[in-house]
Amino acid sequence: MLDFISDNKKSLITLGLVTVIAYVFYFLDEIRTTSVLVFGWGYAVPLVLAAMVGIIGERSGVVNIGIEGQMLMSAFAGFFGSVFTGSIYLGMIIGILTGVLMGAFLAVAAVKWEMDQIIAGVVINIVAAGLTSFFYAQGKTLPELMPVVSIPLLSDIPLIGPVFFRNGLFALSTLFIVVAVNYALFKTRWGLRSRSVGEYPSAADAAGINVTRVRMMNVTLAGALAGCAGAFLALEAAGTFARGLTAGRGFLALAIMIFGAWNPMGALAAALFFGLSTAIASQLQADEVINIPQQFVNLLPFVMTLIVLSIAVGRVRPPAAAGQPYTKEG
Amino acid sequence: MTITESKKEKDLGFFVRNQSIVVPIVAIFVAFVLGGILISLQGVNPLVAYRAIFSEAWFDSDGLLRTFQKTTPLVLAGLAVTVALRIGLFNIGAQGQLISAALASALAGIYITNLPPILHVIVSLVCGVVVGALWAAIAGLLKAYRGVHEVISTIMLNSIAVGILDYLVSNPFREPDQSLQRTKKIAESAILPNFGVIPFGFILAILVCLLVSWMLNRTTAGFRFNTVGKNKFAASYAGINMKLMIVTGMLLSGGLAGLGGAIETLGITYRFEPAFNSGLGFDGITIALLARSNPLATIPAAILVGTLRAGGASLQFNTGIEPEIVDVLLAITLLLVSAPILAKFLFKGKAQKTANVTSGWGS
Repeated sequence: MLDFISDNKKSLITLGLVTVIAYVFYFLDEIRTTSVLVFGWGYAVPLVLAAMVGIIGERSGVVNIGIEGQMLMSAFAGFFGSVFTGSIYLGMIIGILTGVLMGAFLAVAAVKWEMDQIIAGVVINIVAAGLTSFFYAQGKTLPELMPVVSIPLLSDIPLIGPVFFRNGLFALSTLFIVVAVNYALFKTRWGLRSRSVGEYPSAADAAGINVTRVRMMNVTLAGALAGCAGAFLALEAAGTFARGLTAGRGFLALAIMIFGAWNPMGALAAALFFGLSTAIASQLQADEVINIPQQFVNLLPFVMTLIVLSIAVGRVRPPAAAGQPYTKEG
Repeated sequence: MTITESKKEKDLGFFVRNQSIVVPIVAIFVAFVLGGILISLQGVNPLVAYRAIFSEAWFDSDGLLRTFQKTTPLVLAGLAVTVALRIGLFNIGAQGQLISAALASALAGIYITNLPPILHVIVSLVCGVVVGALWAAIAGLLKAYRGVHEVISTIMLNSIAVGILDYLVSNPFREPDQSLQRTKKIAESAILPNFGVIPFGFILAILVCLLVSWMLNRTTAGFRFNTVGKNKFAASYAGINMKLMIVTGMLLSGGLAGLGGAIETLGITYRFEPAFNSGLGFDGITIALLARSNPLATIPAAILVGTLRAGGASLQFNTGIEPEIVDVLLAITLLLVSAPILAKFLFKGKAQKTANVTSGWGS
């Protein structure tokens, strides 16, 4: 616990500061603050999950530009899986499994075939867009709504309770997933192996770690989280599927990953920053405090990404071997 | 070894040497077979569907003009991606550059008056090229001076361009008394003519293609491009200014995409409407990878994609198959030409390596 606090000082201070400010606003205006936070967290959930996909991949040396496509396919499969099986739970499972399949696809292309990782990712995005728009059928609705679950006690805390602990299943699991990924990456044998493969694959190889197998496994399993992100969008956030549903979130997630310095807790803080700024801008717009055209408000996350990246890149250090295929010598 | 065996070896050698042509052709064939299976699953004879696409696109004078019109911006979008790939930049943002240029040249065509016809066309084209180049230069500058990876910055710039253009055509530059969000028609003096079934823009695109090919293969600037693309460290050590090369490369790439958008506005659509050019930039990626970063090969690749796009539009009317089948065909083709699996299957150990653009986040 103490380790965790000292390792994530910056992220925790940011999160703490945001919480304090949120409570100040909460006492000034209960309804608006809650709605801004609910919107902000809803916006942040798919970004955090997708950023975890990027972090796991790059920490083990594989750049994943295809998160967008992996999410899109999972959203598609999750939605139509629910429609055809008549069960939202089966849809969730189908969505997550599709994510794993898409992860395996990148793993084979980028690790096994040693295809250029950036091109492989972009190809995944184009293929996903093509397949989902061809097989898309209009006029389908979900058989049931995503059930809202409240965690006892925690959900009774004012403000934080309803925002984080009274939610659909995906949004509810997200905080736990982030903590779990953080723990697994930095405190387990798997994490140490993964990071060594991403930093210095030849040394890892010399120490007897099978670089190819670790990378294949990590990229494939990370796909499950892309599946969660996609299924969240279709089943929980939008409640439907539309062509191009992911709308660039897979790329925002990569920016968040970099902004968070390839650190799960950092990415969580960065995603909350994105979510809250978007939420606050929409609220100000709705209250007519500011009056800028809606199109420009919608652009905010994209412009923020460019600004954030131009500040963050160079100050944070990516895993040394991210993007480089590893060929065993001899 | 008998004579027949050595002859067989020789024949195969021809295919191995020309695998940059063989692989895409086999890939297209496989994509059509797989697409055919999808089409027959929907209860339509795939041969009928494919014949509908090609007869609509090639064997009908209106259709032929439409095919060339579809092909024209695709040649330039493919060329834009190709040029960037040559110096190791992956310009995913041809889309954003193309649409902002399309609007810029439409505005020049509408609001600049009192110019003689030829000059008006040239001025409008230049407006498009400049806007496309500048839009791409943002990504170039971010990459050169801040280390922002061009794939992310160009994707963001695509979305930003869509938002800004949506605002511009829904408010300041909207055609009055129109329910559609679009600009007015451009002036007669800014229109690029058609010669029968060949649009003037197509000829221009082919000329630019030849020019770029000459530039890359026969000039010092082209030599620098290829050196940077092959080995950044060697290029840097040899005294090539990498920052300058990145910005120049993006300017050139964006200018080409911009020319595509400008030609589409001035020669085909005569006004700017957001729905007109959706997806062109992404087809450009498919074309560039299909052409294996060879500028001249973008022409046949673009003709193929243009044919499918032009013929696909009539598919729904004739057979009930959704035109998105074209996206699936292109996606499968793209997958097969970019992943080494097909080349390895065909040529085993003699397969050539495919394009390589990976550079880390910080370089």
